Amino acid sequence: MIVNSAGRELPEKIGNYIVRPYQGAYATPAPETPVITKRTMGHRVPGDTKLLPDLKAAIQAAGLKDGMTISFHHAFREGDLLIGQVLTAIRELGIQGLRFAPSAVVNIKNPSIADFVLDGTIDRIEASGIRGELGDAALAGKVKNPVILRTHGARPRAIEAGELSIDVTFIAASAADDYGNCTGLVGPNACGSLGYAFVDAHNAGCVVVVTDTLVDYPCCPASISQQYVDYVVKVDQIGDPEKIGKGAARLTKNPRDLMIAERTADLIAASRRFKDEFSFQTGAGAIAIATTKYLADRMREKGVKASFALGGIPAAIIDMYDEGLVRVVECSQSFDAVAARAIFDRPGVVEIDNADYANAYSKGGFLNREDFGVLGALEVDTDFNVNILTGSSGEMMGGLGGGPDVAGGAAISIVTIPIIRGRTPSIVKRVFTLCTPGETVAAVVTEAGIALNPKHKNYAELKEDLEKTSLKLVTIEALQQLCEKLTGVPKPIETTDRVACIVEYRDGTVIDVIREIKR
Amino acid sequence: MELKKPAMAGTTESSDVMITLRPNPEGGIVIDLKSDVKALFGDAIEKTILEVLKEFQVENALVNVVDKGALDFVIRARMQCAVCRAAEIQFDWGKEDAHGK
Repeated sequence: MIVNSAGRELPEKIGNYIVRPYQGAYATPAPETPVITKRTMGHRVPGDTKLLPDLKAAIQAAGLKDGMTISFHHAFREGDLLIGQVLTAIRELGIQGLRFAPSAVVNIKNPSIADFVLDGTIDRIEASGIRGELGDAALAGKVKNPVILRTHGARPRAIEAGELSIDVTFIAASAADDYGNCTGLVGPNACGSLGYAFVDAHNAGCVVVVTDTLVDYPCCPASISQQYVDYVVKVDQIGDPEKIGKGAARLTKNPRDLMIAERTADLIAASRRFKDEFSFQTGAGAIAIATTKYLADRMREKGVKASFALGGIPAAIIDMYDEGLVRVVECSQSFDAVAARAIFDRPGVVEIDNADYANAYSKGGFLNREDFGVLGALEVDTDFNVNILTGSSGEMMGGLGGGPDVAGGAAISIVTIPIIRGRTPSIVKRVFTLCTPGETVAAVVTEAGIALNPKHKNYAELKEDLEKTSLKLVTIEALQQLCEKLTGVPKPIETTDRVACIVEYRDGTVIDVIREIKR
Repeated sequence: MELKKPAMAGTTESSDVMITLRPNPEGGIVIDLKSDVKALFGDAIEKTILEVLKEFQVENALVNVVDKGALDFVIRARMQCAVCRAAEIQFDWGKEDAHGK
């Protein structure tokens, strides 16, 4: 056993995986070796075609074999219809033992990914999170190898470091031409930004674009260019954009959530960084989206305009752009139809590569220039460590998303969280799964007050700014005690020694592991 | 105290609990607990239920609990209400109030 700098006990080796323990949020230098890629040169002569009749033909042409790695983007979120079709075709071709490496949590049903795990089509998963049936299967020990969970920023790093080499990527595009130029911006099932597919398109051994809307050459606009694309396939439907907003990106009417959202906007407005050309990210999650609305009010009241808004973008941010409150909207993902459409018809709303948003191991991206990042969480502990993966009974609930990246990048990172949900306490002595290290969390906003982290780099500044307001400041310990008073002390979750999931930090070190639950 | 008829209290709304009490012809107390937070608070919920039954000196009961994450005082109140309904008695509002009597 080894203990990382966040105090988590880790095995030295998990199967073939050698654990590099987390040593601090900014402790790991970049390797000096060149970026590793599986991208090959091609040679297409005039008259060549890339269009293949169906997915099976593309899988065969791509040379997919037992044990290889396949990837997908998650722009359709719960509405994805491509992954199921591709995995079904792979199963019918009898290919087994694949590593499944989508860009995030994919909780698709009919078919469920769990079916492909149980029949051996997939035997390794690397994603940002797993939940639902697949999560239950992993925690019950039904996935042969431990699942590796990475943040949005950690995934492109792992790909370029050669730790996650992708053999074949299948890119769902809402419009494409027969030579591979493609986009998510137009077509009946437009999903908006394809930001999560760029790193795959640029680095996979074989790139297959799958569309339901084949357009005349050349496809315009194009997000991913023909020069990266090996094959193009047309299917009936790649996804249902109506379902993108389900899951993580929800709106709320819950008065407690609204109260937390308003306090978060008040905290931002009280900061000295809240001035013209400030930048922010509010993200997905009920409270985060509500925060956006309150923040727009504060900006109007004080006459402050933002330089950029970043990350997953909902309609509320597009409204702010239209009103002139935000100069540039940098979209790595579009959370609804309005946001998807906005990239097409508004010059300051742009599609960006997810790596440009979140990867800490590039030559510098947007997050390092972000003032305020608002985050959701399942649990926070008295060291300000954040859990965004596992629920109160140890079940898989969420995904890492970009949370740890935003906390690591933004000058003021704010975790918004109700202190209890039902009888489940959310401010605890020790989070069940550590995802975001406390040293990167500046403030925790709850209905019972705001706790500032004395160990955060901008603590002194934030404390001084907030003490001038009527916002209620409390200690994180007081919040934890209040929780315990309301709910009682929960019975600890018992686990076995078997590691079901490995949680990697932005730099590829292991910040925590999730052990199988004892039933 | 004897339970005279089946009775219910509470709802299955989030943060509430629905408790159904029935006389137990076989004698004794049997608790059937379904809870969203059973792994964390199952023991605590059973303890509260037994406490309330003891408070009312109920010795024979079938208790069906569908908990949606209710806090302890909610469980206690729903339980007291269910006992009063099942035993056809009035709740003694004065007993917890030093000035009420």
